[in-house]
Amino acid sequence: MNKENVIVVNGLTKSFGDFVAVDHISFEVSKGEIFGFLGANGAGKTTAMRMLCGLSTPTSGKAMVAGFDVFREAEKIKQNIGYMSQKFSLYEDLTIKENIQFYGGIYGLTKKQIQEKTDYLVAHLHLQNHQNSLVKSLPLGWKQKLAFSVAIVHDPAIVFLDEPTGGVDPVTRREFWELIYDASERGITVFVTTHYMDEAEYCHRVSIMVDGRIEALDTPKGLKKTYDSVSMDEVFLKLARKAVRGE
Amino acid sequence: MAKYNSTNMSAVIVENIIKKYRVEKTEVTALKGISFEVAKGELFGIVGPDGAGKTSLFRVLTTLLLAESGNARIEGHDVVKDYKIIRKKLGYMPGRFSLYQDLTVEENLSFFATIFNTSIKENYDLIKDIYQQIEPFKDRRAGKLSGGMKQKLALCCALIHKPSVLLLDEPTTGVDAVSRKEFWDMLQRLKLQGITILVSTPYMDEASMCDRVALLQEGKILAIDKPAQINQQFKDPLWAVQASNMYALLKVMKQWEAVASCYSFGEYYHVVMKSESLGASAINEYLVERQFQEIEVKKIDANIEDSFMALMNTAHE
Repeated sequence: MNKENVIVVNGLTKSFGDFVAVDHISFEVSKGEIFGFLGANGAGKTTAMRMLCGLSTPTSGKAMVAGFDVFREAEKIKQNIGYMSQKFSLYEDLTIKENIQFYGGIYGLTKKQIQEKTDYLVAHLHLQNHQNSLVKSLPLGWKQKLAFSVAIVHDPAIVFLDEPTGGVDPVTRREFWELIYDASERGITVFVTTHYMDEAEYCHRVSIMVDGRIEALDTPKGLKKTYDSVSMDEVFLKLARKAVRGE
Repeated sequence: MAKYNSTNMSAVIVENIIKKYRVEKTEVTALKGISFEVAKGELFGIVGPDGAGKTSLFRVLTTLLLAESGNARIEGHDVVKDYKIIRKKLGYMPGRFSLYQDLTVEENLSFFATIFNTSIKENYDLIKDIYQQIEPFKDRRAGKLSGGMKQKLALCCALIHKPSVLLLDEPTTGVDAVSRKEFWDMLQRLKLQGITILVSTPYMDEASMCDRVALLQEGKILAIDKPAQINQQFKDPLWAVQASNMYALLKVMKQWEAVASCYSFGEYYHVVMKSESLGASAINEYLVERQFQEIEVKKIDANIEDSFMALMNTAHE
C-alpha cells in the first residue's frame, strides 16, 4: 500500500498553437504524499494542474489520476479529487453549515454522511459557535481552513491546492499546514503550489518547473544538496533564473 | 517608533486614522487609529496579511476614500482639503491591475503622461531602467501582457509624471520569488533617485528590504521600526528544532507543557520555552526520551515572522 501511486504522468504535453506550455513532463506521486509543485509564473504549472484535474485535454502523453485516464475519464477524475485555490473556495452568502452541506451534496454524499461530516468539521475546526454564520463574516484564515476541509469533505484520493495560503497571516498559514499533514496521514495525497518557499520545505517531495519542463524533482533535502543551497528559496532562484521564456 | 524633529522632513504624516465600513447590519473597523510618519526619500513598508487594512490605508492616502476621523498629509498637503494638489504629486499603483487593457503598452504610458501634462520623453530617465524590459512589447495590448510585464508597465505609468511620493499597494502579491526579487531591486534603484516609497506586502520576508516597516494586523499597528530593531525586541530565547519525523515532533512539542510556542519555519520548528532555564540540552533530552532520531536543537535570532507572530499573540491577550 505504501508505494501505491495515485498520480502517474508520462510525457504529458499541452500545446497552444506553436507554444508548448507543458513539455513532456513525467512523474509519479504516491498515496498520502505531500507533493509540492513549484515554478515561476508562466512555467506551465496551471496548465499542468488543469490537465491533472480533468479540466483540459492534453495534446499528447499519458496521465492516470486516482486510477483514471485524463483523456477518457475526466469526469471520473473530477469526482475523485478535491480542489481549492485562494480565489475559488466557498460561497460567501451561505453559512458554514450550508457550505458543507452543499459541497457534500455535490460530491454525492448521503444525508447521513453529510450530517456526520458537518458535525465532525464544525468540532474539528472549533466553529461550534459560528456554524450558522455567513462565510463572508469569517476572517480570511478561518475561511481558508474551512475551504480546505470542504475540498476534502468526500475523502478524495487527491486534493489539489493552488496557492492556498496567499495573503494569510503567519499563524493561520501554519495551522493550515497542520491540516495538510493531517489529511496526508489519513492517506489523502496533497498536490500543492505555493509562492512561499518555506512551505516547499514542508513537502515530502518537490518538483520545480522551468519553461514547461520539470527541471528538478526530489525531497527538499535532496534538492538542497544537489544545488548546493541552504534553503529551498536558494534552490528555486538558481533553477528559475535559467528560464528563457517569458510568462 | 522613530521621531523626526521637523515635519518638513516627513513626506507622509498619518495621524490617528479611523476607517469604518458597514457590511449589511454589521460595522467593520478597517483602520483602528493608525499613526505613522514616512521621512523624505524613505522606503517604508506596510506589512500585514489580507484584511489587515493595507488597501483602506492606501485609499485614504491617495485621496480616494474619506476616513471617519484622523488626518493625513502628503508633503504637507491635507488628503481631504488639498486632494487636487496631492493627486499631481502622487504616483499610485493599486493592487488590482488598473491600466487600459485595450490600449497598447506605449499608448497606456503616453496616455498617463498626457493627463499629467508631460511626455514620455521628458521623464524617460526615471523609467528607462524598467521600461526597457517591456519596450520589445510596446505595441502589444496591455491586456495581453503576462503578470510580470503588467506589473512593470503599471510601475512605469505610476512614475511617468515624476511623482515625489510613490504608493504601491501589494505590487508583489501572487508574483513568483524571482520576479519579486527583481521588483525590489527596481525599488531600491528608484529610492536612489530620492523618491519616497510607501509599499505594502503580505510577504513578511520582504520587510527586510525596507528602511522601516509598520506591521499591520486587524487595523492596528503592532510595531513600527527598522526590521532589525523589531527583531531585537523579541526577548525570549528562541530555539530551532529538527528531528527525523517532523509531524510527530510538532504534535509532541505542542503537547509539552513547558513549550510556550512552536511554529514551523522551513525545515525547522521555532520554539519558545516557558522557562529560560530550559535550554538546548533539556529539549534534546526530552526528545531522546521519546525516541526521536536525528535531533538538532540550536539557538537562533528571531526573524520578522517570529516577531510578527509574537506581537499578534500579545495583541490578542
